[in-house]
Amino acid sequence: MVKLNSNIPEGNLAEKWTNHKFKMKLVNPANKRKFDVIVVGTGLAGAGAAATLGELGYKVKAFTYHDSSRRAHSIAAQGGINAAKDYQNDGDSVYRLFYDTIKGGDFRSREANTYRLAEVSNNIIDQCVAQGVPFAREYGGTLANRSFGGAQVSRTFYARGETGQQLLLGAYSSLNRQIKLGNVKIHHRREMLDLVIVDGKAKGIIVRNLLTGEIERYSAQAVVLATGGYSNVFFLSTNAMNSNATAAWRAHKKGATFANPCYTQIHPTCLPVHGEGQSKLVLMSESLRNDGRIWVPDKVGDHRPPSEIPEDERDYYLERRYPSFGNLAPRDISSRSAKYACDDGKGINGGRAVYLDFADAIKRLGEQTIKERYGNLFEMYENITGENPYKVPMKIYPAPHYTMGGLWVDYNLMSNVPGLFVAGEANFSDHGANRLGASALMQGLADGYFIIPYSIGNYFGSEKPDKVDTDRSEFKEAEENIKEITNKLLSINGKQTVDEIHKKLGELLIDKVGMSRSEQGLKQVIKDIKALREEFWKDVKVTGKADELNQNLERAGRVADFLELGELMAVDALNRDESCGAHFREEHQTEDGEAVRNDEEFAYVAAWEYIKPGEWELNKENLEFEFVKFATRSYK
Amino acid sequence: MDEKINLTLNIWRQESANAKGDFEQFKVSVSPHASILEMLDEINNNLEREGKIPIAFESDCREGICGTCGLVVNGHPHGPIPKQATCQLHMRNFKDGETLYIEPFRATPFKLIKDLIVDRSGFDSIQQAGGYISFNTGSAPDANNIPISKQIANLALDAAECIGCGACVAACKNSSAMLFVGAKVSQFALLPQGQPERYDRVEKMVIAMDEAGFGSCTNTYACEAECPKGISVSNIARMNRDYLKSTLISK
Amino acid sequence: MGWLSERLSSSIGKKIIMALTGLLLILFLIIHLLNNLLLYVGPEMFNENVARLEAIKPLVRVIEIALALLFALHIFNALKLWYENKKANPNKYAVDASSENSTVFSRSMVITGVTIGIFLVIHLATFWRTFNFGAHPTDGRHPFYAIIQDAFANPFIALFYFIVMIVLGFHLKHAFQSAFQTMGWRHPKYTPIVEKIGTAIAIIMAVGFASIPIFFYISSLGGK
Repeated sequence: MVKLNSNIPEGNLAEKWTNHKFKMKLVNPANKRKFDVIVVGTGLAGAGAAATLGELGYKVKAFTYHDSSRRAHSIAAQGGINAAKDYQNDGDSVYRLFYDTIKGGDFRSREANTYRLAEVSNNIIDQCVAQGVPFAREYGGTLANRSFGGAQVSRTFYARGETGQQLLLGAYSSLNRQIKLGNVKIHHRREMLDLVIVDGKAKGIIVRNLLTGEIERYSAQAVVLATGGYSNVFFLSTNAMNSNATAAWRAHKKGATFANPCYTQIHPTCLPVHGEGQSKLVLMSESLRNDGRIWVPDKVGDHRPPSEIPEDERDYYLERRYPSFGNLAPRDISSRSAKYACDDGKGINGGRAVYLDFADAIKRLGEQTIKERYGNLFEMYENITGENPYKVPMKIYPAPHYTMGGLWVDYNLMSNVPGLFVAGEANFSDHGANRLGASALMQGLADGYFIIPYSIGNYFGSEKPDKVDTDRSEFKEAEENIKEITNKLLSINGKQTVDEIHKKLGELLIDKVGMSRSEQGLKQVIKDIKALREEFWKDVKVTGKADELNQNLERAGRVADFLELGELMAVDALNRDESCGAHFREEHQTEDGEAVRNDEEFAYVAAWEYIKPGEWELNKENLEFEFVKFATRSYK
Repeated sequence: MDEKINLTLNIWRQESANAKGDFEQFKVSVSPHASILEMLDEINNNLEREGKIPIAFESDCREGICGTCGLVVNGHPHGPIPKQATCQLHMRNFKDGETLYIEPFRATPFKLIKDLIVDRSGFDSIQQAGGYISFNTGSAPDANNIPISKQIANLALDAAECIGCGACVAACKNSSAMLFVGAKVSQFALLPQGQPERYDRVEKMVIAMDEAGFGSCTNTYACEAECPKGISVSNIARMNRDYLKSTLISK
Repeated sequence: MGWLSERLSSSIGKKIIMALTGLLLILFLIIHLLNNLLLYVGPEMFNENVARLEAIKPLVRVIEIALALLFALHIFNALKLWYENKKANPNKYAVDASSENSTVFSRSMVITGVTIGIFLVIHLATFWRTFNFGAHPTDGRHPFYAIIQDAFANPFIALFYFIVMIVLGFHLKHAFQSAFQTMGWRHPKYTPIVEKIGTAIAIIMAVGFASIPIFFYISSLGGK
């Protein structure tokens, strides 16, 4: 049993962060350069943290498995980033952003963390504009906003449909400046394979040089993991091909608890699967729901082309069931509704897809306006599907997109392993059981620019800047362990390829641990995953050698970890005997299919401690709601 | 509905930078809905099953935004369809019976690593030389303190859309990186935030570009034609103008 | 001036030299063509004009030296760029798709340039040398006009001049707008005009210069 202390500061919600910052220990500027920090991952959180730590004077070692730090998957976020600026004068405030996030997360996140996120959101926008991020502007020169799912105010800042790209390039530019100044040393094409713990504290990592296959050791006084989420456990997801859970998972196996793994978000607006060879699912920004209307044919078996289906024979199911939010209902509701419509046989041509129709918006605003708002998304859609969305409604279907679960962290974003910090999607902290649109970019940058740099200073305040020798036995053992795993993978020489097994895992998970889950299904899938994992270690075929560029080996290692993580997701989903946010247990729903939470028994964070493969111990961190009252989420 | 098309593929295989490379031929039958990278996935899956070494190629987001992928298909970086990254190139654009040549980006500064993977770190070194606005986290004024006209913001974003894939270099007969560098220089040259370091920046980035071994621009505009984001060569003109001005005004 | 040579030896610097020398050379070509067109007005006019230039010989010599420098800079830089660019990209793709992403004019600048360079040497060694230092015909015809008449009566010389002047048009078609781009003089409103002017210059130069050997060759046929 580990001891979980959330370290939430005392005081009023609005003063907690300010008070905490004041009470934090500081590091003398002359001493800062004696401290090394390892930052793994160069997305918004990682690049932001590495750059800011460099600016502060720490010596940073940054790692990415990409060929350039600009390629992290943050780059693919399309829609925008929230902030409580209230530039639109529509009644927004830090408190409202906080409340929307808590409510959107279905009361399964920490009040204090979520409030802080809303609080620093405004600094993020200032920061990004100063970096030269070309956000959308009004004619008068001020910043433009759009509205987004789960909110009734217009607080989302955007740069066409490429907000993630522009924000990441901003962070990348700050990082480049620190690299040039010598404060950050960047290590490209390195994949973290283990965390090294010395005297109970995180002191280093083991990485594989992806070009040469060489195993390398790096040490520091603190390690920051900003390695993203684990949606790729489903095989088909909107994540990038290389997104994986290995860094976080190996840290978990070294003692860091993994929190709420069952909270996985299935994004409502993705392109439907085209066929067997599909490698990933493409997301269409949720911002499309601002102007697009979602519908299916009202009659099962109505396979006419959309233009021939008259208005009164269409079922605008979101507008019908949630009149006040309509097409902007939160992601989990939108996704599940699409699933149900298709389960009922109303999907397009009886398959798994629904329409997202812009005909009305084009009529109302003109094609030019729609083009300005979504031009590149429409182009992307046409490229992929060969259909023109200005003329024919888009076809969409939900796909795994974001994982709210992740390594457990306290208020300082430190895991239960001292010295191991976790930022961005890799931690579990701010979104509870469901994340609102345009909040992922906000959290990544909040963690990277404004929280980690402070809290690491606080940690170093009581640490000595002694160099850690990478010849220590802890490093040697970790390296040996990695080599052993690698050799084992290469020597099995079975019959199935890595992708074939990964696909099987994905099918099991999306079916039983996807948009809708049941006790029976979860119990079954746990058995199935265990069996699949055994199959993997007996029958997988990995080609090539250990000491060369070997993409097959890279994927094998990642899938090996997914096979363990997938089981934990099911275990967590089974344990959480309630419906909340993205976690929907069929046993817990109202008559009209709404989720039913159980706040008495389940208002806690489930932090799982690794014992051995297939065995975990549950640690609970109770969620105290001092400032907001539980409310049943209603988007009717 | 799922009729397939048959293609003959000639794919470049080369074990390492110094090894001798050659085309390996594959005959495939592929769904027209698949992307070209999904076709390679399938070939690799078959190779792996047979215990053979899969074709090394890079890709990540598969949405045309990360800039990781980059293959030359029949002489076109990112394939023959304009304004698309390789990952967005769908097989419906090819006819049954066609022969494709799939090669890596070829340019001296992009050293080949393996098969279809090249080293584009030269781009990073150019960005590190000056592709930023120098200011520290926390010191920013309120975002709306700097009004920027919609037109300028749009032009800056047009330039900032560059995904850093290297297709411009691969398309250029001189392996010039001017479109890439011009885009970054332009983004900051257009915005008020970029003014303090404007002329210093262009100087540093051009020096880094030359040091990385990229060629010079002879204005064939092949880069613009092949750019998956359609970055305009007017960004190159802007960089040239700024460079000239920096030459004349620098101390 | 160390800073200037340093700046001008960068990739963009060398291009700026190409653009500036190129534009000045185009100016020279325009004047040259205007001079040549006097051939069509008649032997007297042409000869008179040449004689006028003879009168200010020292000034002409200075301009000639400046021109020689311009040519030297233009050619030297072009060769240097060509060498460096070949080094940056010695590779070819299995399928050549360059015709689909760029114009033949832009891709053939080195070939057209070298052709014009070779022509320049021959041109100087023949016409320019004869005009300045050679023996002038003394059969009562206008001497300078007669040199041209005699030279282009030879079909090989006439054809050679004709072809090279078309090549010159190819070179200029790309050169003019390219120089503007290199100098950074680009604007959505004016660039299309610059492109049209460039095309017009290319055509006028090619047609203007190339017509002369043809005219004299055909005339020589009639005269016999």
